[in-house]
Amino acid sequence: MRPFSYQRATDPDMAVQALSAAAAANNPLTQAAAQPLAGGTTLIDLMKLDVMRPAAIVDINPLAHGWSVIEPNGDNLRLGALAKMSDVAAHDGIQRNYPVIANSLKLAASAQLRNMATLGGNVMQRTRCSYFRDVSYENCNKRHPGSGCAAMDGVNRMHAVLGISDQCIATYPGDFAQALIALDATVEITGKAGTRSMPFAQLHKAPGSTPDIETTLQPGELISAFAVSGRWPRSVYLKARDRQSYEFALSSAAVALDVQDGTIKDARVALGGVATVPWRAREAEALLKGQKFDEALAQRAADAAFADARGRRHNSFKIALGKRVVARALQQAVTMEI
Amino acid sequence: MTAAAPEPKINMGQPVPRYDAVVKVTGRATYASDMPLADPAYAFLVTSAIAKGRIDRFDLDDARRVRGVIDIVTHENGPKLKESKLFSNGGYAGTTIQPLKSADIAHDGQIIAVVIAESYEAAREAANRVKVSYTAAAPSATFDSPGTTIAAAKGQNAQFKEDPKVGNFAKAFEEAEVKLTASYDTPTQHHNPMELFSTSCAWMGDELVIYEPSQFVYGLKYGVAEQLGIDADKVRVVNPYVGGGFGSRGSMTPRTAIIASIAKRLSRPIKLVPTRDQGFTITTYRAETRHEIKLGASRDGKLLALKHEGAEISSRPDAYCVGGTKTTTRLYACPNVDSLVSIVRADRNTPGFMRSPPEVPYLFALESAMDELAVKLNMDPVELRRINDTTVEPIGGKPYTSRSLMACFDEAAKAFGWAQRSPQPKSMSDGDWLIGYGCAATCYPTQMGPAAARVRLQRDGRTRVEIAGHEIGTGAYTVVAQTAAERLGVPLEKVAVFIGDSDLPPAPVAGGSNSTASTCSVVMMVCDQIRQRLFKAAMPSQSLTDKAKETVGIGQTPATQAAKGDRPLDLEKAFDALGVGVVEEYGEWKPEGAPLDSFRAMHSGQVRLVGGHAMKDQIAYAFGAEFVEVRVNRFTHEIRCPRLVGAFAAGRIMNPRTARSQLMGGLIWGMSSALLEATDIDERNARYVNDNFADYLVPVNADVPGVEVILLSEQDDHINPAGVKGLGELANVGTNAAICNAIYHATGQRIRKLPVRLENIEV
Ligand SMILES: Cc1cc2nc3c(=O)[nH]c(=O)nc-3n(C[C@H](O)[C@H](O)[C@H](O)COP(=O)(O)OP(=O)(O)OC[C@H]3O[C@@H](n4cnc5c(N)ncnc54)[C@H](O)[C@@H]3O)c2cc1C
Ligand code: SF4
Repeated sequence: MRPFSYQRATDPDMAVQALSAAAAANNPLTQAAAQPLAGGTTLIDLMKLDVMRPAAIVDINPLAHGWSVIEPNGDNLRLGALAKMSDVAAHDGIQRNYPVIANSLKLAASAQLRNMATLGGNVMQRTRCSYFRDVSYENCNKRHPGSGCAAMDGVNRMHAVLGISDQCIATYPGDFAQALIALDATVEITGKAGTRSMPFAQLHKAPGSTPDIETTLQPGELISAFAVSGRWPRSVYLKARDRQSYEFALSSAAVALDVQDGTIKDARVALGGVATVPWRAREAEALLKGQKFDEALAQRAADAAFADARGRRHNSFKIALGKRVVARALQQAVTMEI
Repeated sequence: MTAAAPEPKINMGQPVPRYDAVVKVTGRATYASDMPLADPAYAFLVTSAIAKGRIDRFDLDDARRVRGVIDIVTHENGPKLKESKLFSNGGYAGTTIQPLKSADIAHDGQIIAVVIAESYEAAREAANRVKVSYTAAAPSATFDSPGTTIAAAKGQNAQFKEDPKVGNFAKAFEEAEVKLTASYDTPTQHHNPMELFSTSCAWMGDELVIYEPSQFVYGLKYGVAEQLGIDADKVRVVNPYVGGGFGSRGSMTPRTAIIASIAKRLSRPIKLVPTRDQGFTITTYRAETRHEIKLGASRDGKLLALKHEGAEISSRPDAYCVGGTKTTTRLYACPNVDSLVSIVRADRNTPGFMRSPPEVPYLFALESAMDELAVKLNMDPVELRRINDTTVEPIGGKPYTSRSLMACFDEAAKAFGWAQRSPQPKSMSDGDWLIGYGCAATCYPTQMGPAAARVRLQRDGRTRVEIAGHEIGTGAYTVVAQTAAERLGVPLEKVAVFIGDSDLPPAPVAGGSNSTASTCSVVMMVCDQIRQRLFKAAMPSQSLTDKAKETVGIGQTPATQAAKGDRPLDLEKAFDALGVGVVEEYGEWKPEGAPLDSFRAMHSGQVRLVGGHAMKDQIAYAFGAEFVEVRVNRFTHEIRCPRLVGAFAAGRIMNPRTARSQLMGGLIWGMSSALLEATDIDERNARYVNDNFADYLVPVNADVPGVEVILLSEQDDHINPAGVKGLGELANVGTNAAICNAIYHATGQRIRKLPVRLENIEV
């Protein structure tokens, strides 16, 4: 770890001020000199590994007072960016009306981490690519643009098969973001110009030729809340992994359905563990909508979700696995009692 | 789960709670890096980012500018250290690759610089700022990598003298009615004990104290003295508690002498706490292995021919090998046996002991093959073991001192509900999950080594036992205290035990599961010396018969099993008769068949273990049987193991509570090894990739819902005075095969490569 200054932001303006002051032009957010600190379970970790080297830390935890709401009120859901993963996962209203959200959080990390970690930090967590996290590897386009990608022909079992580029195949590791993107959530952003909202689907950026740019957030901007409209009681988060708990997904599916009289009126499918960003499988959704559910349909939808997938030496299995996970999650969602 | 403190059966001690339980759960146990030092400086290691080549240049400017940096030590200004030989060649070291000696790099993560600073943080920051230019060469990573060399182990490794053979394998295999040929692979694994590989060194004049988690304080003492070129009497190693070892701390690593010499140079105590990932390359590991097994049997299941060929990875300079054929060729009755062990050299750090080093990979192969053979024979795998059970090992025709393998199978099968298994693969399921039952034999050689102890008894019964044993979490304090209490007939609370300090009388390495057998045997012997003195003083007219020696108790509680009519000795009267307040005895014990130089070796930090197959007229092993239930998800192919049941017989069980803990931990480790643990190697550059606890998977609680340990009574009077076989490395051996056998039963798919991951399942 390198020395850094530490500042507690007692109100949003102060946080935005402190973060923007340190922002240099043309520096992507991941390289910004000042970084907000929420639970710290990603940020401090990467600082210890010397991967992130911010000169200034702006502690936004004092904002929790206003930024940690959990409000499943009426037909709309609002979640504050500083709400803790564990509190949201344990919330009755979330479990009842948004099981996909509750389970994506409950199946993530460990109890200790969920007690520390916030929703805002969670969606901003960075890839677990071993070559990214170990600075002794020179070739990582995400850390050093243009340096190459050690994972491409290295140990890449955990890496992505969707949304990849010839620059980077790092998996977006989080679970919760899949629930958000499936439910068409919006993200509320607080910055110098005040507060704006945009579809959550527009937050993350696929690596393309700039893997160091991970989100559309600008230095000086903070996520303050997430919002979902409608209730999604028929929703599932299915996560496949090597061990029973405390591990990132090898493949996961967030599925939300609206089934009326046996017909799928609306379908939402998002994929985790297999893509470089939170991944919405719209092709699969299109196949499902308006249909009666059966296994063959689930299979077709799953195939469609992975039609563009490309595996490498150690991760090709994720394509077949991902399809089975999607099919099974659809089945579970259809048959769940609500 | 079975109770934490199982009721003792015949030939078992009391399940007393751990001697160190309270200090451990209250966080007061002092591990090496907890030891207070006066004004220490902090060291942080810089390790190489290439596996082969040379360092061209260091750029240290940036690092030196970090506030608080005191010194940066590289090969250019490094300490001049003497070489130490590999432990298997009569030395102390786990590797002969000596870092900071030259610009050459022999493996990934080799120590190339040590930054010393006023704080840990400054040292780490400066280490991050060290820039190194290398000329890299293409390294050979592992099997099949270009540039590796292969040669028979025999002749290279002093501890692997012979490839066991008997009869005429080729002919018997040719003629056998049922034949099996199969290949098996095991991965690289790292010990990852919780306590990091820390080292603190402090000099007082010309005397050095080392605080380091070690499984062999005497070995480290003599090894460091040799490297520094100083008198071993000036070196003391202290570690009252070791946060897990599993073999990783059995031999000396290069870091200790390096830190000691920097401490000397700077005239300051130095504390080093390497990171988790550095632990992967600055110590040893379990190397990957490959096996080919050939079995020939008659239709009714009798083994007629067995051949086991194994290949193991080692480093370029060191011929480390585990050679588990010494066990697999002797486990079952079979008249025609052949074997060969080879060592494949690659550009890697030198591997070393890891919990049951030979048995884990080699029995995985044999016990998987036995299951495959049972399938070919359409026979229950337990029955196949019964048909080939033996009391005499086939290679040298020596009798097992005792062997309860089939009793273990029967007990474990009953507890597990093996009878409910429908033998057809893929025939059992529960909702989304295919269910499989599998079993395997487990075994581990009984070993012991020369040991010394000092015991002091006071008039009021207070007892002090001193022995340089090691508390690596196994219960060493507890069983030593129990032994003294039983033998002297004093209450357990009155016994104080001092271990983990090279100023105490020497004990062997805490490896090879010899500790309980060796330390308890010597403590028994020394306690008996005290009993004899007291007995002679109190009852000078009576002759001290052997029987009385065995049975007469002193103090309040009669010792062991005091025969009816024997009066306990009145301790106060005995002390009055002797006219002293304290009786103290020192003694040295060596096992039968120990080499002549045993005691000399013991006093110079060298190991002379005897036992297993290497005994003169007999062979001694502990046995067990392990049954597992595996569930494989039809959709995700996730593999879970909800039940592990093991029955074990290991001679006298000193303490059923600590024994159960060891065996339970072993079963869990075995499951971990079968399903989770593997160090990934990037073959392009021979580097370990998943060198952290998030990526190197070990089970979490949710992975281990049910473990049952059954301890069988077994009495063995042929091994050592304590009658102890040792069981620390017994339980994690069979599990690998048991799990693969269960996966076969669940899915119909035979998997011969560990670990089994969901992508290996095709259902
Ligand atoms: C061992 C381990 C296992 C894990 N397993 C899982 C898992 O299975 N599934 C899973 O989903 N996650 C997992 N995680 C990741 C964990 O969930 C995240 O680290 C956590 O959610 C991050 O939240 P935080 O509040 O601690 O963020 P921080 O570490 O404080 O912040 C993370 C990043 O987001 C930025 N940031 C924080 N808050 C905001 C905000 N409001 N607006 C803008 N930027 C912000 C920070 O500057 C930083 O760059 C695991 C983590 C670990 C260490
Ligand atoms: S996959 Fe991306 S993060 Fe990983 S090494 Fe390649 S460029 Fe870096």
